[in-house]
Amino acid sequence: MSAYIDKIKEISNRLLKESKVDMVIGFRKGTVPMMNEPCFAKTPQDVDNFVWDSNCGINLANYLTNREEKIGIIAKGCDSRNIVTHIIENKIKRDRLVIIGVPCKAMIDRHKIETMFETEIQDVIEADDKIIVKGDGFEKTLNKSDVLQENCAICIHRNPVKHDEVVGDPVEEQKDVDRYEDVRKIEAMPPEEKWRYFDDLISACIRCYACRNACPLCYCHTCFVDESRPQWVGKSQDPIDTRTFHFLRAYHCSGRCTDCGACERACPMGIKVRRFTKKLEKDCLDLFGWEAGMTLEERPPLDTYRSDDPDEFIK
Amino acid sequence: MKFIKIDKESWAKGLERLDDSFRLFGPVKQDKFHNFKELDKGELPDLSLLNTRLSPKSVVYPQSEVMFEYTLDENKEDHHILKEIDKDYSPRAVIGIRPCDAKAFLVVKPNFDAPEYKDPYWIKSYEATTFVGYACDTPCSTCFCTPAGCGPFHEEGLDLLLVDTNDHYLIKVITEKGENFLSAAGWGAEVDADAASDQIETMRHTAEAKITSRVSTDELKDKNITDLFEASFWEEAAFACINCGTCTYACPTCWCFDIQDETYGYYGIRMRNWDSCMYPLFTLHGSGHNPRDTKIQRVRQRFMHKLKYYVDKYENGIQCVGCGRCIRLCPVNIDIRRVCELMNSYGG
Repeated sequence: MSAYIDKIKEISNRLLKESKVDMVIGFRKGTVPMMNEPCFAKTPQDVDNFVWDSNCGINLANYLTNREEKIGIIAKGCDSRNIVTHIIENKIKRDRLVIIGVPCKAMIDRHKIETMFETEIQDVIEADDKIIVKGDGFEKTLNKSDVLQENCAICIHRNPVKHDEVVGDPVEEQKDVDRYEDVRKIEAMPPEEKWRYFDDLISACIRCYACRNACPLCYCHTCFVDESRPQWVGKSQDPIDTRTFHFLRAYHCSGRCTDCGACERACPMGIKVRRFTKKLEKDCLDLFGWEAGMTLEERPPLDTYRSDDPDEFIK
Repeated sequence: MKFIKIDKESWAKGLERLDDSFRLFGPVKQDKFHNFKELDKGELPDLSLLNTRLSPKSVVYPQSEVMFEYTLDENKEDHHILKEIDKDYSPRAVIGIRPCDAKAFLVVKPNFDAPEYKDPYWIKSYEATTFVGYACDTPCSTCFCTPAGCGPFHEEGLDLLLVDTNDHYLIKVITEKGENFLSAAGWGAEVDADAASDQIETMRHTAEAKITSRVSTDELKDKNITDLFEASFWEEAAFACINCGTCTYACPTCWCFDIQDETYGYYGIRMRNWDSCMYPLFTLHGSGHNPRDTKIQRVRQRFMHKLKYYVDKYENGIQCVGCGRCIRLCPVNIDIRRVCELMNSYGG
């Protein structure tokens, strides 16, 4: 995966030198293990700071919303699908973008790795398909495939769906992946158990909105939780309000969510927020055969009406 | 100076005795990480931690706090009158608070307890609390307490300092409040002060040497406020920020709140909830105008407040104790150490 970085730098430099773009959005090395920081490069010198490894899980499409410059953007499979969604939803113009596609080899789950160790992780090094974790007096080698972000482990669109440049050959897409095992388990629960499950799931929520703000879909100028006239949702730690936030946010993402995992990665409390969005994603696939962000040619199912739309739920 | 030795067996017994006279709060591992919570009867604080995920500021200053209640029922004589809610200000103790988090209460004190304005809820809670610090011998690589004017064995803001020497605890008595707490627990095995003091000093030096983060704050005071405000680095420093409230909610020294009324039928409450300068709503005026409408303005506000406005206004150092939570929890890796260096070295 690190071989990509030379190509990323080469393309970014060329685009900037030839004034094809005003800036390239990518990642620079983080100051703590398993974190990189989204950044922009406006000069070839800035490009030197770019990195690429298994810690680039943040969805960079989030940094495009309503920007007007000419932008080069580094895009994994999921980022590219959110860029498509952004274009469809008029949050960015296709002709302002140069998409630098990265065939993705999956990102690692920082929350999972942190909880595997009792003490502080001071360094994490990547070598092929191994992850070497170091701390004060210990060193442990993990298989990368065992510590992937959950959404990456079940990803079936690792290659960018739209790109103008590409940094490597396509990677093989995963086949025969059961994407919805967890959702089916919840669907099978009786209502009371479902409530308990969801209440437990979000009990640690501090309403910081990191999940919402890391999400490229959540670009509303005023989110429904921030509306004051009328005020839909209370602002305290009342579980009803917290629940309302999570449920409604998930519904707002249906037919749009690409399961990029940015929400889960961002949560400071390690809440599995994808449990909500995945259900809606599954419904869109089951009912409309729809996967978000795969094409610029078709409108998403929830902003169109067709006479053959499924209606079995209307009694 | 007085020092007490506690065998680990009598630790639990003492805490049990304290149950009668104090509400005890301590770190507890819930699911994947530690946080402070009120301990159930017989529940022990879990001291096998680096530090808690969130700061213990909520023990004194909860995320949501009801202040008043009212009725809108016009058949009642006292309708539409705010009435103060009864609250429990009986003695409480935070056991296992790290010295950085205890110092943080002193950093926020000038805001809640100023000569001209007094926040009664914060003051009463703070005064009811005994702070039993837990000396930190395993600082994290993100900790920068020493450059932030604090330290792993720092005593400011503590009533007692608990030091784990492996086979027993040593307690250094710092205040009278701490002394009272000790007598309620029944711990009283006084040890030779010189020897205990030497032992703690040695441990302090070892712990301080483990703090490798270097952050310079010495130039902040002399920087011109408008130069810093207009500095060119803000665009780059703020770029990654997604404007969530994680840093401010996790921070032991962030103090901002918002006031809300909630009504259920005829019954209503007035409460305050933590707010965050990262949110656009934080500064939105009734007119619709927002003086901090962009991300860059909000990120700049957070760092300028902590590292410049506070420094200039209170002459009490920076509004940060170097606990490193915002660094560890930021979803996009914005690092206050880096921003502090940019500010401190700006303009040469």
